[in-house]
Amino acid sequence: MNVKSVLLAVLIPFAAYAQGFAGLGTATQDFATPQRPAEFDFPADHGPHPDYRIEWWYLTANLKDEDGTDYGLQWTLFRTALAAGEVDGWTSPQLWMGHAAVTTPDAHYVTERLARGGIGQAGVQADPFEAWIDDWQLAGPDFDNLRMTATAPDFAYDMQLTAQGPLVFHGDAGYSVKSAQGQASYYYSQPFYGIEGMLSLPGGDIPVTGQAWLDREWSSQPLSEDQTGWDWFSLSLGEGKLMGFRLRQTGGSHYTAATWIAPDGTTTPYPDGAFQADPLTVTDVGGRDVPTGWAVRLPDRGVEVEVQAINPQSWMSTSIPYWEGPVTISGSHQGRGYLEMTGYD
Amino acid sequence: MTRAGLAALLSHWRRNPLQLFTLVVGLSLATALWSGVQAVNAEARASYDAAAETLGEGQFAQITSPTGSIDQSTYIALRRAGWQVSPVAEGRLEGIRLIGLDPLTAPGGLGPVDLSDGELTVNVLLSGVLFATQATLDRLPPLDVATQASTEVAPDVILTDVGTAQRLLGLEGQLSRLIVAPVQPKTQPPLADIAPDLTSRPPQAGSDVARLTDSFHLNLTAFGLLSFAVGIFIVHGAIGLAFEQRRPVIRTLRALGFPLRRLVALIAVELLALSIIAGAIGVGLGYLVAAALLPDVAATLSGLYGASVSGTLQLRPEWWLSGLAIAVGGTGLAASASLYRLSKMPLLASARPRAWAMQAGQGRLWQGVAALALLVLAAALAWGADGLVAGFGMLAALLIGAALALPLILDRVLAFGASRARSVMGEWFWADTRQQLPGLSLALMALLLAMAANVGVSTMVSSFRLTFTGFLDQRLASEFYVYADDAEQATALRAYLEPRVDRILPIQNATQDIRGVPSEIFGPTPDATYHDNWQFLQSAPDAWARIEAGEGTAINEQLARRADIAIGDAVIIAGQPFDVLGIYGDYGNPIGQALITEATFEALYPDITPLRFGVRMDPQGVTPLSIALRDDFGLAEANMINQAGIKAFSLDVFDRTFTVTGALNVLTLAVAGFAILMSLLTLATMRLPQLAPVWAQGLTRARLGRIEVIRAVLLALLTAALALPLGLALAWTLLAVVNVEAFGWRLPMFLFPLDYLRLAVFAVVAAVLAALWPARRLARTRPADLLKVFSNER
Repeated sequence: MNVKSVLLAVLIPFAAYAQGFAGLGTATQDFATPQRPAEFDFPADHGPHPDYRIEWWYLTANLKDEDGTDYGLQWTLFRTALAAGEVDGWTSPQLWMGHAAVTTPDAHYVTERLARGGIGQAGVQADPFEAWIDDWQLAGPDFDNLRMTATAPDFAYDMQLTAQGPLVFHGDAGYSVKSAQGQASYYYSQPFYGIEGMLSLPGGDIPVTGQAWLDREWSSQPLSEDQTGWDWFSLSLGEGKLMGFRLRQTGGSHYTAATWIAPDGTTTPYPDGAFQADPLTVTDVGGRDVPTGWAVRLPDRGVEVEVQAINPQSWMSTSIPYWEGPVTISGSHQGRGYLEMTGYD
Repeated sequence: MTRAGLAALLSHWRRNPLQLFTLVVGLSLATALWSGVQAVNAEARASYDAAAETLGEGQFAQITSPTGSIDQSTYIALRRAGWQVSPVAEGRLEGIRLIGLDPLTAPGGLGPVDLSDGELTVNVLLSGVLFATQATLDRLPPLDVATQASTEVAPDVILTDVGTAQRLLGLEGQLSRLIVAPVQPKTQPPLADIAPDLTSRPPQAGSDVARLTDSFHLNLTAFGLLSFAVGIFIVHGAIGLAFEQRRPVIRTLRALGFPLRRLVALIAVELLALSIIAGAIGVGLGYLVAAALLPDVAATLSGLYGASVSGTLQLRPEWWLSGLAIAVGGTGLAASASLYRLSKMPLLASARPRAWAMQAGQGRLWQGVAALALLVLAAALAWGADGLVAGFGMLAALLIGAALALPLILDRVLAFGASRARSVMGEWFWADTRQQLPGLSLALMALLLAMAANVGVSTMVSSFRLTFTGFLDQRLASEFYVYADDAEQATALRAYLEPRVDRILPIQNATQDIRGVPSEIFGPTPDATYHDNWQFLQSAPDAWARIEAGEGTAINEQLARRADIAIGDAVIIAGQPFDVLGIYGDYGNPIGQALITEATFEALYPDITPLRFGVRMDPQGVTPLSIALRDDFGLAEANMINQAGIKAFSLDVFDRTFTVTGALNVLTLAVAGFAILMSLLTLATMRLPQLAPVWAQGLTRARLGRIEVIRAVLLALLTAALALPLGLALAWTLLAVVNVEAFGWRLPMFLFPLDYLRLAVFAVVAAVLAALWPARRLARTRPADLLKVFSNER
């Protein structure tokens, strides 16, 4: 295991369990922990919270080109802190990692960037909003109008995002509980971005348009020690949007939570058990058994859908690998969405 | 049955402990020299690997600044423009190279340092940890940074985080260079748009230390192989003898119904066990040889190639396994013919105690043909082929061909001697020597090879030294050399020196690649010192005058050979084309060099201020001036060096370079001496039936003993006489073929008759010493034993 994977083990909270925090322990005494009730202060809270151990700006998009071909896109900036607080210069305890990916029905392009805090190579500022690592950026005059770019050896993209609805807050007004033991994070989303721009793939440039979903989350210990991975869904179902996740626990039990988002942004949180997701199709992804087809149900909303990966081989071959890709939805509702699964490597 | 057979076979060794000793010692010595050389090579390679991994040099492109310093904001600007570069802050801490990398962005992480421990990683990033070998850490003064010993880091290097390096070196906000990751994003702006003053340098495959030093290691390997070959001669002899002497045992065993197949298997197993034991002893001895040689090899490699090699030896599986393998393989090779003959032996073959001794005399025709073919091949290679492998191929063909020819030539010479003999005694002496030849020929071949190697290598080294000393006198013409720490001190220093000395010759240089070869560009002041003293190996007419007029450049021989540049070709220096007008010898320098005149240099490199100066003055005044500089001017002692000091240093590097070859040479000669001793000892017991009649006819035992010694002297002298031309051919190959490839320069060959005479005396003394013991034994043989020959009671 090299230094990068150690840092990534720290960096990716959902990988942290599998890697046992690589000797860092799970103690959080120096870090701040989310408190109820959640109180947000915008635009400041779009910026980083260095007193918390982990934080991310996580954008996924379902796109189509002129021919109607489906594409998926990911732009993520992770922040992790080796210690609470920020210091200028190389001794900054803040580390940053960027993941970018483009998924087509038959290809999946992935790249990754790493940076130290304190020297200007990566960071986030709240107003005017800018999140960057190297030449990648998610920036605009405000959070509602953003330009998003990323480059890689084999692909690049340049996208424009425009918010068409309000921010939504998960769990208890943004206080999102992650386990029966009470681990929690601050969690809000902007699920209403319209997106358009250009994908540069090995075959050439492709103009695309679609819908994007941005997740903002920060915490210091989001997972319980008995949780082995998670399956996260963001689904656009026509008459509403559904965010649901299932945390897998040792012994085969699950902890689930979900948020129903009405077209006007009104949210309904659902406690453990209301949201159900069960694997339907298991795909061999580079020798691993990964469920790429799911039965997803939220009986309270009459949701009983089948979720299928557009490209089942959407494996994120980053230093700490996971699965992330666009999905199609059929059944009681139709639509597109995104699926993220960790802990299958 | 197997047990009984084995006991019968092994009883042979119990009755002939000397033979067992010869076999084991011969094999051990051969393996020792081989594995010793391999250990040295393995250690050096491991150091290169560590260096390559530590420094990332060679494998990655680099971005550098002419000032040697890159602002950290430029680094961030490059990252934010999409350039996948990683920062390096480096400098010297108490003379030790300190390298700071960013483990997150460096293509190779923190080099070879294992950061799989999360807590260690956090410490590295937040508070700083210095990684180096324990020996390097021991030289550090107490610092406020944690240290951790790591055997993977290159010697004399400290690795740490870039932030820690900046702090320790006082380089806050400054970087020394940037490593360019091999894979870059799809689109990125040109370097000139972001940082116009920085330059990108492609990966330095040509300067790769491992490649540069390959030829040196090939040299060592060739020596190891030569020693091993000499050792295998001994083993072959011992095994062959043991087989012949065991024929009665084998015959009896088979007559008793012991299956042939099992017998062959038993002997093979026996030999395997013996070779593993001898191989293990040899590897142990090899470790001692390597440990003794390594400091000198390390000094050579750093002096000659600038490669840092650890001076302490580690037990690496690659060499001790190869040592064991070659011991087993060599034994197998030496025994294969004997095993084959055993498997074809008729059931009731007679015991032929002297068959072994005579067997080498058979197949004389084939031996002659093979020798001739090899010598022709050597001549063809010398004439037609070039390159290091061809050079060594030629050496191998020459040496083996000559060794095969040796018994034939000696036989002819002895036959000639016999034809000229006037007395009965003389005739018997020549004839008896001649009939002993087959039994001694393997040992004599070993002596021939060892002596030829000695002549060849000592001729090469002495020629080299003579040329090198003359070269130092030419090149170090200034009586005194001074160094300033910075530009300000340089100005003051010049002003101080001006009224006190004859002339001041600034030495200024820049580094760049010329046709892919890392080179230094020098801009000397036009001065008689240079044209009077520097001799060109090749030059265009009026070379110095034209160089001083700025019309061209002179380059060193290494550069000319490596980049295949001839007089009249153009090379690019700082973007300008220059005609090559002269090529000069530059012995002992690992990299290329080009000279342009001072004015041109200043125009091309306006930012470079000379900090070093050669001072021409009355040699008597050097000591007073250096005292004045220290006491009046305040120049550090380390910044002054007189001509004698540099010469001594250069000669020291030179001498250590060849300590290794010298040591291997002596060891090879010792192995050959051992071979002669053992051959004579084994022959002595077998010769009793031949000597008994001579004794019975009135020759005293003491006289017989003296004749034995004279015979040894005669054979040694004859072998030495043949070794001389062979050695000179070897020297020529080393100087004209191997050195050119290994070091990049060709040297004139000088002859050293006194050295050769001394060697011949050594060989004779070795032969006398080897013959003395068997001769004494003969002189003290009880008459009863000699009489037994006639009563057939042997």
